[in-house]
Amino acid sequence: MDADVFDQVRAAVRQLVREVVLPREEEIDRHDRVPEELRGAAADMGLFGYALPEEFGGLGVTMVEDVQLAFEFGYTTPAFRSLFGTNNGIAGQVIAKFGSDEQKKTYLPRLAAGELIGSFALTEAEAGSDPAGLRTSARRDGDGWVIAGGKRYITNAPIADLFVVFARSDPAAAGGRGISSFVVDASLPGVSVGPHDRKMGQSGAWTAEVFFDDVRVDGDALVGEEGRGYAKALTVLSRGRLHVAALCVGMAQRVLDESVAYAATAKQGGAPIGRFQLVQAMLADMHAELIAGRSMVLDVARRYDSGEDTSVGPSAAKLWCSEMVGRATDRAVQVHGGLGYLRTTPVERFYRDARLYRLYEGTSEVQKVIIGGSLLREAGMPR
Amino acid sequence: MNIVVLVKQVPDSGSERKLDSSDNTVARASADNVINEMDEYAIEEALTVKESQGGEVTVLTVGPGSATDAIRKALSMGADKAVHVTDDAVHGSCAVQTSAVIAAALQQLEYDLVLCGAESTDGQVSVMPALLSERLGIPHLSGARKLTVEGTTVRVERQTDGGYWMLESSLPAIVSTWDTINEPRYPSFKGIMAAKKKPVETKSLADLGVDPASVGLATATSRVLDFAGRPPKGEGVKVADEGDGAEKLVGYLAAQKLV
Ligand SMILES: Cc1cc2nc3c(=O)[nH]c(=O)nc-3n(C[C@H](O)[C@H](O)[C@H](O)COP(=O)(O)OP(=O)(O)OC[C@H]3O[C@@H](n4cnc5c(N)ncnc54)[C@H](O)[C@@H]3O)c2cc1C
Repeated sequence: MDADVFDQVRAAVRQLVREVVLPREEEIDRHDRVPEELRGAAADMGLFGYALPEEFGGLGVTMVEDVQLAFEFGYTTPAFRSLFGTNNGIAGQVIAKFGSDEQKKTYLPRLAAGELIGSFALTEAEAGSDPAGLRTSARRDGDGWVIAGGKRYITNAPIADLFVVFARSDPAAAGGRGISSFVVDASLPGVSVGPHDRKMGQSGAWTAEVFFDDVRVDGDALVGEEGRGYAKALTVLSRGRLHVAALCVGMAQRVLDESVAYAATAKQGGAPIGRFQLVQAMLADMHAELIAGRSMVLDVARRYDSGEDTSVGPSAAKLWCSEMVGRATDRAVQVHGGLGYLRTTPVERFYRDARLYRLYEGTSEVQKVIIGGSLLREAGMPR
Repeated sequence: MNIVVLVKQVPDSGSERKLDSSDNTVARASADNVINEMDEYAIEEALTVKESQGGEVTVLTVGPGSATDAIRKALSMGADKAVHVTDDAVHGSCAVQTSAVIAAALQQLEYDLVLCGAESTDGQVSVMPALLSERLGIPHLSGARKLTVEGTTVRVERQTDGGYWMLESSLPAIVSTWDTINEPRYPSFKGIMAAKKKPVETKSLADLGVDPASVGLATATSRVLDFAGRPPKGEGVKVADEGDGAEKLVGYLAAQKLV
């Protein structure tokens, strides 16, 4: 995309986020729901498909562009981004990258328009950090498949129209081999979704359990090659990690802005608390770590786009930025004093929201395992 | 239905705005320039009329080269094409001179309805639609909070402090709009991509047949002689409530002649 056109796209997103979503954050948190008008506004702008290919109604952003939009999304409640996050990210990318022409034509334009919500169903009760151990099965049935099993913590499941489901199609194969991916219509008989989970933060972004009770799908529900689903999951998760790192940068910017504004005006002993050098130190640490995170994300995105590094870099960025925003939100609460502990203070909400970033799309420990393992493999260490 | 919307690029009213100390004109080069907020309502109204009646929406702006950003925004919202009058000689023009330039540009366009914001946030002179009405010899319906077009008739509710007037005229006409008239749309990604391919015609004063000597600071009907910054806000008055808080408040308001 031309730089000046992308500038306009980013400006439009910023305007929507700051003028329309931001004033309603508190309401979204309190009611645990993103208002319908905001979903409409996101769809009208084209937010449900910015990362999907242009030929299917998306904007086809590069990762360098994607992360800059994520900086903007990160500035407000994560629930807003989460609405269209799975369409652009983990769920939509599986179809965009690995789907047949027919699947792309069927799903992508409607996902990009926000008419359909797609969810990514990988995690199971004993297969979270190690999804290769998943037990949901897909068994051949004539020219179709029958899927059986349960998934949990599935983002957008309660509002999903389709699920990208990972299931074991070859019971004999161990680990990552033998897993296939399927597009499953949420309205098919046997698909059921549990009540939405009550969470620590990120209210308004819904997750739930999903059950597949001998769900029969046609042969064309299989995405890509049989038995290659696991590699696909890893590919889209890696892209997703870089996006999450950028969301963390956006949130860190927000809590810093909140903290600076507060420190400049709130008074103790007749003078603004910003006069205390220990308060300044908290702001300085937040700022220094924020710009380090932003630079890191942009650099990793450049290497991602060039193909130089599509795995270790995103893991490193996700690891560092999610930990960084944890420290930032903690300091932001500290700068606000007792007020920072009260509901309705934005930094209190962001403190809870931020915690998720160290858990999903791979915990911090998992990112470390990926990074460390990869470095040692490159050095030729035997397995 | 051919609709022309007048659009101006102005320094962002949300950021610090300055006058250029060399000639006391608005410092545009150093400013954070945006589309005049009130104009977005006029664009929205034009698009709404177009959506119900068909036709074409043309954006017309007089301003420096950088004003293309304001044009792009209008096109990305959905306007069809744009005319950008840009000429160094226009710098420092007063409202009367600018109206001659806009009128000349309008005369080269086909229009049934001319829409504009009720004021710009930089000059706030608010006379442009009246000046254009005079120059073009078309009715001026000012300060609209509601607009409907039926055939060759335009009806407007003019917003006033005490209520509203109902105005009606034949087309062509010029209507200025307030921010109560609608809720401007945000540009969509599709709109932004499409805007890139929409025609923007650049015109000089020579193209319009306007004598460069008739515009600009040297012959302006008004000019800024001097200016001073607004004094900083005072600390305010703190009223401590010792059972008589309400009385003290009323006393204060009365002293300020507010009640
Ligand atoms: C709000 C939310 C939304 C989510 N959305 C989705 C979604 O849309 N789709 C989806 O498929 N999943 C989703 N998830 C699931 C998420 O990706 C998993 O929760 C996450 O990967 C962790 O898995 P787990 O919960 O099973 O924890 P576990 O894997 O059981 O982890 C427990 C602890 O063990 C550690 N650990 C585990 N393995 C190792 C190891 N090899 N080395 C060192 N430490 C290890 C972990 O780091 C952690 O500290 C979501 C989760 C949440 C909370």
